[in-house]
Amino acid sequence: MSTAKQEREPLFSSKNRKLLTSPLNLNNPITVQVLGVCSALAVTAKLKPAFVMAISVTVVTALSNYIISLLRNGIPPRIRIIVQLVIIALLVIVVDQLLKAYVYDVSKQLSVFVGLIITNCIVMGRLEAFAMSNKPWPSLLDGIGNGLGYGMILMIIGFFRELFGSGSLWGFPVIPQSFYEMGYKNNGFMILPPMALILVGIIIWVQRSRNKELLEEN
Amino acid sequence: MYSNGYIFRYASIMVILVAAILSAAAMLLKPAQQRNEDVDKMQSILAAAGLRDVPVKDAIQVFNKSVTDMIVIDKNGSVVDDYKDDNKQQSRAFKINLKDELYKKSIGKDYELALYVIENDGEKIYIVPLRGVGLWGPIWGNIALKSDFKTVIGVTFGHKSETPGLGAEIETINFQNQFPGKLIFDENGNFTSVRVVKGGIANIPVANQIHAVDAVSGGTITSNGTSEMLKNVLESYVPYFKKQG
Repeated sequence: MSTAKQEREPLFSSKNRKLLTSPLNLNNPITVQVLGVCSALAVTAKLKPAFVMAISVTVVTALSNYIISLLRNGIPPRIRIIVQLVIIALLVIVVDQLLKAYVYDVSKQLSVFVGLIITNCIVMGRLEAFAMSNKPWPSLLDGIGNGLGYGMILMIIGFFRELFGSGSLWGFPVIPQSFYEMGYKNNGFMILPPMALILVGIIIWVQRSRNKELLEEN
Repeated sequence: MYSNGYIFRYASIMVILVAAILSAAAMLLKPAQQRNEDVDKMQSILAAAGLRDVPVKDAIQVFNKSVTDMIVIDKNGSVVDDYKDDNKQQSRAFKINLKDELYKKSIGKDYELALYVIENDGEKIYIVPLRGVGLWGPIWGNIALKSDFKTVIGVTFGHKSETPGLGAEIETINFQNQFPGKLIFDENGNFTSVRVVKGGIANIPVANQIHAVDAVSGGTITSNGTSEMLKNVLESYVPYFKKQG
């Protein structure tokens, strides 16, 4: 009895903690794996939709990782991609329905993008790369970690785009009226998707200059 | 490793399970979603009449208090239903699906349209719900008219999937603020609607400027869709307006 307990890995062993934290930095889905970029451009003009999108993707990645990992030994390899997509689509539709029922204004803003979580490569990427060959608990952590890593980048981009593009944060004006009277103007370019791409580029630049191990050798 | 029979059974069971879960979720969440849609519709109607920024929690109450009549008219402009009671969500006018009615109109069948009346400082405001097509999907809105049935008091527009920053600009206050004061009839009593003009109204004859607003740059198809929506829907109300005027 006691030996069995000792052999079992603690829930938050250093290996498991790493699953949670490495996507936040060295293995970030957007800036290192370069997945899910297009949705990062689409929903980050304001902080609030970016936040809801981050939460939704985290929930979908975590749960789909968990479910697929539970089923991994029974899934016939020949139809595994189909099974993965069905599970993802199921979760996304449920999330969409919940948003429509409880945060209608946000669901209106996100509109088509929630449906597009299904095609977010992070979700299926993690299923193929991790959940198909790991136990449920680490898979859940890996899903949460990658969702948070994605969400973190979304929030950073959303913060700068809303601050400089609309002069507000979370919908509240933060740039004082006196600035506008002195001739300050919101930067309309910040609202448009290309600026998000440029911001992603800047984040990648900063991250790589601080972590030399991310640099590719030529 | 896995037989075809296993794969087939696996896929079938999975699909049935998923379908059951989705149907259950849709049914359980339907009431809350319906309520949100109703509140959204009410907020949009109130906003067209100038009552912008009514908070979600007060919307139903404010709507029931502000709206005095929920009218249903037929294609000849005759009133077929006029609901004045408190619970406006139950009225026939509120339940009309404009998309279906406009389809009936397009194929030449009989149709019914809703008209909402708000009384503000003793003056009646008439609000017409709108629906049309933009570039990527449906667009909709409401237009509020003075009791002369000519002068626009305000509009609201919404859209499902127009391009952010371009077509989606019809949803912004700046675009909608161009409408108050515009006329939908000329001085001879001919229906003109309000056109959304590409290149701006500065380039059209001065006499027509009162019947037009500036289009959204880069949103030509959405702008044309908005023009078409206003014309198509408002013209169906012209028989009613003529009878009243």
